[in-house]
Amino acid sequence: MQRIIKNDQVIDETWHLLAKDATLEGLSNCADLIVPLALWREHSHALKARDGGLGVWLDADEEVEEIADDLGHFQVIALNFPSFTDGRHYSSARLLRERYGYRGEVRAIGDVLRDQLFFMKRCGFDAYAIRPDRDPYDALASLNDFDEVYQAATDQPQPLFRRRS
Amino acid sequence: MYVYDQYDQHIIENRVKQFRDQTRRYLAGELSGEEFRPLRLQNGLYIQRFAPMLRIAVPYGLLSSKQVRKLAQIARDYDKGYAHISTRQNVQFNWPELEDIPDILGELATVQMHAIQTSGNCIRNTTTDQFAGVAADELIDPRPWCEIIRQWSTFHPEFAFLPRKFKIAVNGAVSDRAAIEVHDIGLEAVSNDAGELGFRVSVGGGLGRTPIVGSFINEFLPWQHLLSYLDAILRVYNRYGRRDNKFKARIKILVKALTPEVFAEKVEAEWAHLKDGPTTLTEAEVQRVAQFFVDPAYQPLQDQSAALAALDAQHPGFARWRARNTAAHKKPGYVAVTLSLKPTGVAPGDVTDKQLEAIADLAERYSFGEVRNSHEQNMILADVEQAQLFQLWGELREHGFATPNIGLLTDIICCPGGDFCSLANAKSIPIAEAIQRRFDDLDYLFDIGEVDLNISGCMNACGHHHVGHIGILGVDKKGEEFYQVSLGGSASRDASLGKILGPSFAQEDMADVIEKVIKVYVEQRTEDERFIDTYRRIGIDPFKERVYAANH
Ligand code: HEM
Ligand code: SF4
Repeated sequence: MQRIIKNDQVIDETWHLLAKDATLEGLSNCADLIVPLALWREHSHALKARDGGLGVWLDADEEVEEIADDLGHFQVIALNFPSFTDGRHYSSARLLRERYGYRGEVRAIGDVLRDQLFFMKRCGFDAYAIRPDRDPYDALASLNDFDEVYQAATDQPQPLFRRRS
Repeated sequence: MYVYDQYDQHIIENRVKQFRDQTRRYLAGELSGEEFRPLRLQNGLYIQRFAPMLRIAVPYGLLSSKQVRKLAQIARDYDKGYAHISTRQNVQFNWPELEDIPDILGELATVQMHAIQTSGNCIRNTTTDQFAGVAADELIDPRPWCEIIRQWSTFHPEFAFLPRKFKIAVNGAVSDRAAIEVHDIGLEAVSNDAGELGFRVSVGGGLGRTPIVGSFINEFLPWQHLLSYLDAILRVYNRYGRRDNKFKARIKILVKALTPEVFAEKVEAEWAHLKDGPTTLTEAEVQRVAQFFVDPAYQPLQDQSAALAALDAQHPGFARWRARNTAAHKKPGYVAVTLSLKPTGVAPGDVTDKQLEAIADLAERYSFGEVRNSHEQNMILADVEQAQLFQLWGELREHGFATPNIGLLTDIICCPGGDFCSLANAKSIPIAEAIQRRFDDLDYLFDIGEVDLNISGCMNACGHHHVGHIGILGVDKKGEEFYQVSLGGSASRDASLGKILGPSFAQEDMADVIEKVIKVYVEQRTEDERFIDTYRRIGIDPFKERVYAANH
């Protein structure tokens, strides 16, 4: 079973991540599913009618504005990093949290490695599906690489210059 | 200059620890080369032709004598006794061992230095006028603003993986010595009619493969909103900049594709959400930072014009040096002195550990213990008493810093090129040397006057060849090293990009080519006309005709 980091702990994964080209066909009614944006856009009614949990995932070139009006339907929003060097979803996560007030889980998926976790956490991610070939327990340490920061971000709404004493 | 408090110190010590562990994991095979690459680049570490190259941040070019001594020690202990001043006011070491880098960073942290974000696709070291705070033509001291930007940009969590690197420059003087219009963001500190401070904001300038002069998208940004506006620009770029092609990934390409007007609208729309949030700067913070940049304990002195003129008359060498290597100071009786790192036969911008020790010593005795790096790859003692100038000149000569060529043809900006850099098409240092040798007659050099000659070993443009009055670019022609010459570039307030003269030349012809170009200028100039002015008046054709005239 895959394990993910959630709220600074390693836990068993309970969600099913559907592929980008997934269709409604054969979808379980009660499993917890994270569906691709395209499926949500086409079949939101059917997906809302299911009994299982619902999440959506966005690829790196898909914008949070597309789901801004639907956030109440999702327990999880997963943001995909095709490569860990593609930084677009750092902005997406902050927008979800700070502009659209999303309070559910924001999860990093894809090429997720420990050396990026600190920045992700600052931008509002609270769950990380560490790449399967890496040990999520090792990765926990990097969530605390720094214990002071300069900028305001999701985790710390006041910049250091308003907190210095 | 800015002095760290416990917060700043803590953050850089966290970084040393983090990078030590990353290096350990890489050496143990737990991090692949590809995964380690962006991590090491964000610590200024390139893997180069012979060894790693480590770029150390010198925020806006300012160094204390203590920091200079530390750099000397690192050059001695971890390099082959050399350091190199870069065109972005930083310092580079070409020979450290990878295993030693965490220790070097640990040493740097003891003098409040680091290598954070000196490379990689993130916000780089903010640069400014090398005469900031002392220039006679300064309106607003840009240094507190550079420091505020440094702190905002250091480990900014949202912008650590931008499409491409990102450079910000700030100017606060009448002349633009910071070349702000060829930066991703250029900020010009200005006052409005009500006497309030703000910034004119240029975006989308840059050199490299696709050189572009930036566009001003905001004529007056009140200072309180500086950081939220920068956040807005960076967010638009982070989300919409191209990531499919690294050669089209700089913000300049996005600004051009959208047009500056549309880009500005997008920034405004984003900024509307961020404006007046917690990132809004406070008077207290600006004052806290600005107090580090108040004047040193200047003596009430008089200008020494007559005494210096008398010394000039007795010592023509001093007169020459004074004419080129000193700059007007805002305080009577003081002068800013540029140490030339461009003597013939030394790679432009190179200094040895011994020279660094000497510079630290001179800084303590003559200039309140501070030194600056310039983007022209020289070093500066900014606060020298005019009455001590003659004595200082003597000491500078002993150490090889008194070549009287600042701003002249032999004050060449030059990248490391094929001697050190694995991306190079051609060597650049030997070209610089050949030109310096050709123009070794000081009378002739002085007669030619101000010329910016810039050399890059490939189109990445580390040597800023596009904005040289004369630019030289190394190109590859069927596996052979050739050089393309361009004329008419400028990085000053009237920024412009050079125009290519014509087909490229072999290495051994380069000194001849430059000599012909200069001859055309000397023949055609009117009195007091600089090279760039003559070029702008007569155009490229007369130069072309002379250089490509059939040899008889
Ligand atoms: C020896 C190792 C070096 C390597 C591998 C290297 C690599 C590069 C590359 C790839 C670029 C182009 C990036 C782009 O335009 O997107 C670049 C730009 C630049 N480099 Fe270097 N560089 C090296 C050394 C230096 C040195 C020693 C200096 C200073 C003397 C320098 C100053 C610059 C500057 C100022 C630019 C920016 C040009 C612009 O604004 O686009 N580089 N470098
Ligand atoms: S311009 Fe090219 S050759 Fe010169 S240092 Fe930059 S990448 Fe290397």
